[in-house]
Amino acid sequence: MATAHSRIAARFMLAPAVLMLLCWMIVPLAMTIYFSFLRYNLLMPGMEQWAGFDNYSYFLTDPAFFTALKNTLLLVGGVLLITVIGGTLLALLLDQAMYGQGFVRIMVIAPFFVMPTVSALVWKNMFMNPVNGLFAYMAKAVGLQPFDFLSQAPLASIILIVAWQWLPFAALILLTAMQSLDREQMEAAEMDGAGTFSRFIYIVVPHLTRAVTVVILIQTIFLLSVFAEILVTTNGGPGNASTNITYLVYAQSLLQFDVGGGSAGGIVAVILANIVAIFLMRMIGKNLEA
Amino acid sequence: MARAVSTRHKTIVTILAWSIGFLIFFPILWTVLTSFKTEAEAVASPPSFLNFSWTLENYTEVQSRSNYARHFYNSVVISVGSTLLGLLIAIPAAWSMAFVPTRRTKDILMWMLSTKMLPPVGVLIPIYLIFRDTGLLDSVPGLVVVLTLINLPIIVWMLYTYFKEIPGEILEAARMDGATLWSEIIHVLTPMAVPGIASTLLLNIILAWNEAFWTLNLTAANAAPLTAFIASYSSPEGLFYAKLSAASTMAIAPILIMGWFSQKQLVRGLTFGAVK
Repeated sequence: MATAHSRIAARFMLAPAVLMLLCWMIVPLAMTIYFSFLRYNLLMPGMEQWAGFDNYSYFLTDPAFFTALKNTLLLVGGVLLITVIGGTLLALLLDQAMYGQGFVRIMVIAPFFVMPTVSALVWKNMFMNPVNGLFAYMAKAVGLQPFDFLSQAPLASIILIVAWQWLPFAALILLTAMQSLDREQMEAAEMDGAGTFSRFIYIVVPHLTRAVTVVILIQTIFLLSVFAEILVTTNGGPGNASTNITYLVYAQSLLQFDVGGGSAGGIVAVILANIVAIFLMRMIGKNLEA
Repeated sequence: MARAVSTRHKTIVTILAWSIGFLIFFPILWTVLTSFKTEAEAVASPPSFLNFSWTLENYTEVQSRSNYARHFYNSVVISVGSTLLGLLIAIPAAWSMAFVPTRRTKDILMWMLSTKMLPPVGVLIPIYLIFRDTGLLDSVPGLVVVLTLINLPIIVWMLYTYFKEIPGEILEAARMDGATLWSEIIHVLTPMAVPGIASTLLLNIILAWNEAFWTLNLTAANAAPLTAFIASYSSPEGLFYAKLSAASTMAIAPILIMGWFSQKQLVRGLTFGAVK
């Protein structure tokens, strides 16, 4: 349908977006790769030297790297587990007939719109603080010792905070998917004598597979880069107990000024994210074609 | 046909859903309530829920202690500015892919999606150094550019899925009637595309407002938006609960209200059109 004229116009219209994204991806990434092979510290400008793979071998043999890798996986996995299961249950509940459904939806979706630094600080100070936090009051009220969440279980506490932020997202997407479920199919199954549980397993779950895949893909992208929540609550500590890869690279490059080491870490993070991305894109690709 | 639901069942579901909804919403409610307490009441034991003397002093104090209005203004400029700039670049791109698709359109879309998967730490150091050397560090225009680029794939995808729904036959009819490319865009496409553009705008302002990696790493006192300003409360001011709450309430209120209006678009935008 398109004329040659409009085809050329279309190319020109697409070009700025493509070129800008290309520059955004290629230029800094190439610089990071270059820096990762240098001995380069911001405190010693002009002393850059070729370092070969030294930065990589330091980064990859640093025990902090394995702690951070483990923490990253626990953080992503923990939040996914809570939000997918919790989100499914919430979506099932919100899909039922009730009074004031719109209002409940508004309450449930709200945490997603709270900026990460606010939600992390509110949880840290007003809920998890062992002296003045609400959880401490509740513990004391029933005669228990207040628990110092962020120093005794820092990673679990951060998982809880991040899960609270992402639960609404999972619930909303799964609810949207559930509302597109064919009601007649459900009724037919019911008439054929399928119970609530088997209707859930054989009709609802397969219908939700695609939405769950999408939830996992998108959350993983964001969760691999959790940063603000760690920065304002624990600074990665105590020790490295709540440091993820993103935070480790930040600390190495912008706190210790080790550009070379930080860049090597950044490239490792890119490779890890790509492994996840390939795996997930394939999964979602299959789902999208179906 | 809707299934008949017994009143008893409906009542139980209502009570359950309201309780869980309240529990999830509670931290936000608690923050808003605490912002109206005095510092002493904010840490009182047992905590008071509604029966305290309401005060606005925290709001005035937050502004006088640090120029809160300035950070709020930065947030507005950065989120709205990056969104408008993004739309300016993305509308032609999405238009061209939706109406003049080529063999490579799908690949370009997938590639754009993949740029979103690049972890920010992979490019943090070069961006930081480039910004430092060009004086863009801690500047509002610098952040506008970065946020435009990180959200551009989402804007393009979202617009693309909306434009795709505009029937191509209408364009052909307009062309038959002698419409030029330009008048086709102005008179035929734009009116049909406005709702899609509006929801893209809304969602993107929300995302940019809450972005907390680049805003924390590329700003200091000068260009800090609210995300970075609130982070400065992490210690020791965080122990002043009432002031933290007042600053937080003002930071989340506008976006909370916008968010509630854009629930539907949120699903579509964040799933790249995969779930509608």
